[in-house]
Amino acid sequence: MIPVLLRIALTNLRRDRVVQAMTFFLPIVFFSIFAGVFGSQGRDTTSRVRVAVVDEDHSPASERLIAALKKEGGLRVQTAARPPGVGPEERGPQRILDRERATQLVKDGTLPVAIVIPAGFGAGFGSFDGSAKAIELLSDSSDPVAPHVVSGLLQKTAMTGAPDLVSRQGIAMFEKYGGPLTPRQREAMDTWNRMQQDSTAGGTGADSTARAQVGGLLQVRVLDILGEKKNNPIVSFYAAGIAVMFLLFSASGAGGTLLDEVESGTLERLLTSHAGMGTVLAAKWLFIMLLGVFQITVMFLWGMLMFKLDFLPHLPGFFLMTFMTAGAAAGFGLVLATLCKSRQQLGGLSTILILTQSALGGSMFPRFLMPNSIKKIGNFTFNAHALDGYQAVFWRDARLIELWPQVAILAALTIVFMTVARALARRWETV
Amino acid sequence: MLESRAVDVLKVADARKSFGTTKALDGASLTLEQGEMLALLGPNGAGKTTLVRAIAGRVRLEGGSIELFGRNLDVSGRNGGGRESLGVVPQDIALYPLLTARENLDAWGRLHGVRSTDLGPRVDRALTWTALADRADEPIKRFSGGMKRRLNIACGILHEPRVVLLDEPTVGVDPQSRERIYEMLADLRNRGVSILLTTHQLEEAEARCQRIVIIDHGKAIAVGTLGELVERTVGTARRVTLTLDRPTGRALPGFEAGSSDTALVALVSDVAVELPSLLGEVHGTGSRVLDVEVRSPSLHAVYIHLTGRDLRE
Repeated sequence: MIPVLLRIALTNLRRDRVVQAMTFFLPIVFFSIFAGVFGSQGRDTTSRVRVAVVDEDHSPASERLIAALKKEGGLRVQTAARPPGVGPEERGPQRILDRERATQLVKDGTLPVAIVIPAGFGAGFGSFDGSAKAIELLSDSSDPVAPHVVSGLLQKTAMTGAPDLVSRQGIAMFEKYGGPLTPRQREAMDTWNRMQQDSTAGGTGADSTARAQVGGLLQVRVLDILGEKKNNPIVSFYAAGIAVMFLLFSASGAGGTLLDEVESGTLERLLTSHAGMGTVLAAKWLFIMLLGVFQITVMFLWGMLMFKLDFLPHLPGFFLMTFMTAGAAAGFGLVLATLCKSRQQLGGLSTILILTQSALGGSMFPRFLMPNSIKKIGNFTFNAHALDGYQAVFWRDARLIELWPQVAILAALTIVFMTVARALARRWETV
Repeated sequence: MLESRAVDVLKVADARKSFGTTKALDGASLTLEQGEMLALLGPNGAGKTTLVRAIAGRVRLEGGSIELFGRNLDVSGRNGGGRESLGVVPQDIALYPLLTARENLDAWGRLHGVRSTDLGPRVDRALTWTALADRADEPIKRFSGGMKRRLNIACGILHEPRVVLLDEPTVGVDPQSRERIYEMLADLRNRGVSILLTTHQLEEAEARCQRIVIIDHGKAIAVGTLGELVERTVGTARRVTLTLDRPTGRALPGFEAGSSDTALVALVSDVAVELPSLLGEVHGTGSRVLDVEVRSPSLHAVYIHLTGRDLRE
């Protein structure tokens, strides 16, 4: 008996492409994405943190620190930028960054972190008596990783980039409290400092893990210039991420009612009534879109009630993004439904596509954790653009007009999806 | 004396349609007369459903014409218009299972263009007509097959069409529901509605329909009343079957062997004249006649005569 039943099961598996894909292909895809994201941390493919540096000190110490930061492999340092309103692709002179412009760059999401070296920093650099001026990190806490990475690299760079300065300050402190060095001790210290200065002048600044771990030399103050007034900053990120992923699932599920109608014969009957295929698809799209808007609204309301999500002040942007996202998701669901021949096929295909898109597009883990190569692939996903829009609304307090890139992409996707769905649905029309 | 002439409400002429290399319709023609119920019979794959879907505008014909109330319908599939006076009842239970009977009727009425002011009374009438008034507000997924079938028909005629196409309206229902469905169809006929129905229930077609069209290999191979078809095919002779208490032991003139050695079959054109002599002949052999069955030629015999006994899959 068992061999017969086993043979039936194997034959079914051999003939069911969807089950095969779910069983073998999907796990491999997921493994590859996760391995790509987390397995390449620290390698060259990991994205370097882009950081703006503002020098308000203009001392030798600040200049040497900036030079060392520029050599730091984990950072991409920017000390100048074009004035506001001039796009990166437009030509024009760049201006040296000041605090205001750097803050703007973080606020509008161009960069996750800006380093401000305050006036008087050089004078107290390396002193251990608490008189040193703290370096300020202006951060966007929607990216919780970048400030920590930059902070750590700052400490490392200070040690590896200017050890002689640190050493001199240390000796000065020693002499202040412990009495002056003897001439022989001073000569030895000078020789040591010269060696340090020579070695760091042409060095990479990233040579010793042991020295990098010393840490705590610089005083660093992290200022969250976007999230500080928010109650629970990371919640909106996950609310949007999870909402968009489940929106896609519910849209493809609701799109599947089209296949139910084909199977039950109601579509055939609808097409003999006054409703044409265009009307049927338009009605389905409208319903799925409104369902999606309701679904996401419920999710964010729950976030507001349970996790102090800053929902009500962002209602206009939220609804603009939600209508656009739900509209595009509805189109996506209808494309899948018109592409598939059965509910079973739709279930398999939608699971594969939605999970893959969600992983690459930032619904499962933030895109700033991803290597550049995966980030680029993610740009082709539905989720990435939707999540960018929600981030802009909830983090950058973007005005409605500033959401135009996401709105335009989602509107274009909706048109493309509906055109494809309409074309695919022709097979159910007059034959 | 003036002869009353039937009016053709629907005329299909030389309909042609292929799916790949298969000719689904190969010059099929039929006419539906005012107020009649016409049975469209044929083996599986003969082209019945394709023909009904072509009339409904769901299949694009490659040749031929369809005329409804004297007006040519577009058969190219580009324009489904001109079919407002047509009602289509599909073979599937094409209803929304989570909606109640009333909600289904309301939805399909609106989709067929019934005005809101007319809809309420029509839905109430339809519920009474289908004997579903007491279950009107229940989701139909709880209904029996027969109840769903009746509602399926009602949803197709709410816009009061003058011609109704029914594809297998009684498939899978019990005799009581079947009886009720035919009462509903008879009621429609009495209101002047012309009905074209496809079925495999030959006895029903024989008993309920005024005329019959038999279609095979995409073309109509016989059209007429049952009497006309019988006369043209198997002939009008009655089939007499005698069951005996024991075999006669020899062949008797005028008889054929039956299904067993105690059964004899004879074809007679006048039962009253020929039967006594047949019985006498048997009596002469010493055998006793236990039972006599006289059967007039059936639609079944005509159908098998025309379409053969080969399986069609």
